[in-house]
Amino acid sequence: MAECHDASVGTIPASAGAANRVVALIGPPNAGKSSLFNRLTGLRQKVANFPGVTVEHHLGRVQLASGREVTAIDLPGIYSLQPRTDDERVTHDVLMGKMDGLPRPDAVLLVLDSTNLARHLVLAAPVLALGLPTLVVLNMADDLAKRGGGVDIIALGAQLGAPVAMTSANRGEGVDKVLQFLEGATVSPHPVAAKVQLPVLQDIPRCREWAANIGAKGKYRPPAPPLWTRRLDGVFLHPVAGPLVFALVVLAVFQAIFSWATPLMDGVSKIIEASGMWLGTQITNPMLKSLLIDGIWSGVGSVLVFLPQILLLFFFIGILEDSGYLARAALIADRTMARFGLQGKSFIPLLSAYACAVPAIMATRTIENKRDRIATILIAPFMTCSARLPVYALVINAFIPDRPLLGPLLSSRTAMMLGLYLLGFVAAILTARVLKSTVLKSARSPFVLEMPPYRWPTVQSIVLRLLDRSKVFLRRAGTVILGIAVVLWILSSLPLQNGQAPQIAQSFIGQIGHFVEPLIRPLGFNWKIGIGLITSLAAREVIVGTLGTIYGIEGTPETVGLQQALQSDLTLGGAVALLVFFAFAMQCMSTSAVVRRETGSWKWPAIQWAYMTSMAYGCAFLANRLVSLWWS
Amino acid sequence: MQAIVKNGPLNLTHLKRGESGVLDRLELPEDDARRLMELGFVPGHTVTSAHQAPGGDPRVFRVDGSEVALRRETAQHLILRS
Repeated sequence: MAECHDASVGTIPASAGAANRVVALIGPPNAGKSSLFNRLTGLRQKVANFPGVTVEHHLGRVQLASGREVTAIDLPGIYSLQPRTDDERVTHDVLMGKMDGLPRPDAVLLVLDSTNLARHLVLAAPVLALGLPTLVVLNMADDLAKRGGGVDIIALGAQLGAPVAMTSANRGEGVDKVLQFLEGATVSPHPVAAKVQLPVLQDIPRCREWAANIGAKGKYRPPAPPLWTRRLDGVFLHPVAGPLVFALVVLAVFQAIFSWATPLMDGVSKIIEASGMWLGTQITNPMLKSLLIDGIWSGVGSVLVFLPQILLLFFFIGILEDSGYLARAALIADRTMARFGLQGKSFIPLLSAYACAVPAIMATRTIENKRDRIATILIAPFMTCSARLPVYALVINAFIPDRPLLGPLLSSRTAMMLGLYLLGFVAAILTARVLKSTVLKSARSPFVLEMPPYRWPTVQSIVLRLLDRSKVFLRRAGTVILGIAVVLWILSSLPLQNGQAPQIAQSFIGQIGHFVEPLIRPLGFNWKIGIGLITSLAAREVIVGTLGTIYGIEGTPETVGLQQALQSDLTLGGAVALLVFFAFAMQCMSTSAVVRRETGSWKWPAIQWAYMTSMAYGCAFLANRLVSLWWS
Repeated sequence: MQAIVKNGPLNLTHLKRGESGVLDRLELPEDDARRLMELGFVPGHTVTSAHQAPGGDPRVFRVDGSEVALRRETAQHLILRS
């Protein structure tokens, strides 16, 4: 059907069970749908994934004045209901009631940007044609008024055959009208106007014409261009100032996640340590005490330490995204990223990967091109994440003498650390190039990037985002990491010898270490490092704690005892090989789990794991050989 | 705006910063064209060239009340009315 035709909106939806009414929020990207959703639900929301697709959505409960509760679903931002992309398919299926586990919505909130109404109204046609009780929400009304635009919502409502409300969701204005609508629409079906002409969204030019016509009849006056956005872009996209600001922003984010996060991380680790000590005094059974303190508490604690850093990272990404700068950053980075076969939108995920690959891989959702997205996901774990830091610190401090190279500016240890960062980065971009010119060669779909006007980020949206991410992270620490900690503890505490926990060499884990020793001997590692490598398959930094347990020393990278123990067990070649191995190997179960979730199958995480681990093995082998030759 | 006569029709990449032109057609596969039309690149609409990334690519175009960045490789397939 390539033509506009009549569609009735008069159908009355079959009323669902009285208990749980569902309202769906739909709208184009950047219309402020999520701010409205946050206003409606507040903290009563959670993130969920639809089965089988990698599209995330939010579910929340809305409290109405009558005391009733309504379930709200925040669907992905879309421009049309044609099921072409995953986002569009999900929205389409939910609205048609075809999504497993979700009833067909009882009502729809169609959230449009009032400052860009004529274009956004195009989406109204297919949505209203569904015949569900719909409130057309014209968001960003404050912006529209400020910039001298306006609309007659009564006239527009008459044209659309649906009620219209003006809101400024980020300030909470007009939300009461939305609640009133929900009160009515979810009790009895909303009376819809007799018959309105709606085009079917196949022929976009004609639908755009229809929207312009409806807008004109609704007395829509488009606003003046956003002055401040133009002024700010004059700086942020200036040929000289633009890249400078960009570099400053990147530096600030880096500085924040490494320097500013350090006191917070130290704080968390002190709290964990102190609470572990306290817990130790409360438990008398030595077996239970060992499991709780040495196993669970230190295992989970070693991961919890990263929470402040990850939250700080998401705080900055949140501000960049909500303010609109992220789109400018992607624009500036695009040309450079294109050289490696990637695109501007890959930049922020890769930057985030310097803190942790897990949030980075979640941040790739903004990349619509599926192949670009998978390429970004596959290379993200090469970036030097903060879990590698304790390992690097331990080995470098143990083996590299601290000598000044460039006066006080650069010491040999700092240079080594920077070299390892560079190594990961080079591996990432080379891999991207290889991937994009072979298996992930794109059928060139155009790079399209909308530049939203600049806006002040709201505290509510940032706080909710941080809570969201903390929940995801803590759930992981409480399940995967906890499980590994327990398994590790059991393997290192059994079999019992004369009723006592065994020496580490005689324990199950020690036996496993001896078993893999022939395999890692060529890299210059002995069985103790082998145990560390095995445990670090779960999470890289675990190796520090494991080596601590093996050598019977409290394991922190600063511990001199641990450094000395390593010096007696590793040659310089082995130490460099260990660093190289950690730079390349895919030792993080959480990352593999999130890659599986985001790509929808075990295929990609398996390929990634095999590729990274073999590269790590090969390069560590070479490093060991070369360094041994050089220094002997 | 068509001061210089070029070989073949003018496309978006020929617009200098601040210049406008009326979009005539999108010489792109249907799905890609549709996606750009959803963002405002509808034939008959006026497109204005705005800011550029360092190096001049991608470029931001103002169309139908919003700003959208396109790479040169895409913009050259958006043909202007002469």
